[in-house]
Amino acid sequence: MYGAIGAGLAAIGAGIGIGQIGGHAMDAIARQPEAVGDIRNNMLIVAAFVEAVALFACVIALL
Amino acid sequence: MFLNVKFSHIIAVVCMMSLSFTAAAQHHGESHNDHGTPTEQHQTEAGQVEQQHSDSTAGHVVAEEHGAQHEESESELVNGKYDPKPMIFEHIGNANEFHLWGHTAIPLPCLLWSKEDGLTTCLSSKFEHGHKAFNRYVLHNGVVKRVVDPSFPTGEVSIGHITTTEVEKAEVDSLEHEGKMYAIEKASKIGAFTSWYDFSISKNVFTMLLVGLLLCLIFFSVAKAYARGKDKAPRGLQGFIEPILVFLDSEVIQPMLGDRSTKFAPYIYVVFFFILFNNLIGLIPIFPGGSNVTGNISTTMVLALFTFLLTNLNGNREYWGHIFNMPGVPAVLKLLITPVEIIGVFTKPISLMIRLFANITAGHIIILNLVSLIFVFGKAGQSIAGAGAGIALAVPFTLFMNVIELVVALIQAFIFSILTASYIGAATESHHHAEDGHH
Repeated sequence: MYGAIGAGLAAIGAGIGIGQIGGHAMDAIARQPEAVGDIRNNMLIVAAFVEAVALFACVIALL
Repeated sequence: MFLNVKFSHIIAVVCMMSLSFTAAAQHHGESHNDHGTPTEQHQTEAGQVEQQHSDSTAGHVVAEEHGAQHEESESELVNGKYDPKPMIFEHIGNANEFHLWGHTAIPLPCLLWSKEDGLTTCLSSKFEHGHKAFNRYVLHNGVVKRVVDPSFPTGEVSIGHITTTEVEKAEVDSLEHEGKMYAIEKASKIGAFTSWYDFSISKNVFTMLLVGLLLCLIFFSVAKAYARGKDKAPRGLQGFIEPILVFLDSEVIQPMLGDRSTKFAPYIYVVFFFILFNNLIGLIPIFPGGSNVTGNISTTMVLALFTFLLTNLNGNREYWGHIFNMPGVPAVLKLLITPVEIIGVFTKPISLMIRLFANITAGHIIILNLVSLIFVFGKAGQSIAGAGAGIALAVPFTLFMNVIELVVALIQAFIFSILTASYIGAATESHHHAEDGHH
């Protein structure tokens, strides 16, 4: 029960984080369309970091 | 379960649509090892009270059916409710056999060592799915466990049901033999040593060996192709592997490692392809896939340990200087920064370990959850309409998750290798490059 609440809260945080990354990456691509490759790579890496934090929380919630 | 697989492939989903109805109908007939987790037992107690209050005649029928079948087998239905938890944990865990369906499983060799009995070797088919004990070892939900009591006879012995009870918040499994209950215990783990050790070729070990063999076959043939035609266009498998190698070289190895790339590039390539192939093979639902190698914390721990050792054994003066004596920082602040930096040395590999484990395991759990929706709605075969609704809901979502999982398999392999490269690169960076600021 508490685990589910914790996982939900972590999902909120990760959602905000990934939203920020995606939004700013889109901004950056609109400014500099020629750098789309670099931006995409960095976006994926940072998104994985954010996602990892949410998954840490999920693992803790599961345990 | 009717398909002991990772339910994570499009084919499986398509097959499932045709299978679910028949399987759902047969579900009760299947004899299974005990799934009586503490939660279920809890639910049973709570459920009985609930049932008396509610007017659910259906619930009573279910309960009676459940009781009637108890001797033959124990189904996953608890008071008309399907509990997907044991199924999910069975699927994401390691096992000593490849369970296909019902009582059909591909046996794997077991290498078991205990202080009293020494080494025991056998195939896991010897245990007959938990109906026989051999040298005090039994198979419980596909995993070998050992009888603690030394008075239990060695050799082949027929055994009764294995039941799980909760004693002081810990699950204790015990088996029945000639009217007596014997406690059984799992193999030793780091931090939880028991009376025996399991060195078996388990499901995960088998898959890892398979991936190793596959990688050898692929890369030896590609290497041979390069040796044969140095300046020719890549052909066949070479054409498939070359873009990946070039991508890794230009995106990961050169920017992160620079002039040290020749020394560390082999490790980065190996770690990338090992993780990628294990991730992908984990998505194949049937044998030889169906094992959750990179979703096993021991596997990711060993991978992270390699990165940890490579980083710290190759760390140069500047690396250690940045940890113990950060340049350009006042002495008072050093008291604060040094412990943080020392902790940072360990948290980097630990986060590598948990990131890969959590991503892969979470993906598998989500897919298994979606598939068990069919049985939750269908009440494990009692409500065909519910099962139909479950299928209508589960199939598109499972398909969607599978596509996500394919992407995650690639991204996680990439993340692991790029982070490994950046840790090693930062630790071996010469002073000249340090000005770029890797912190």
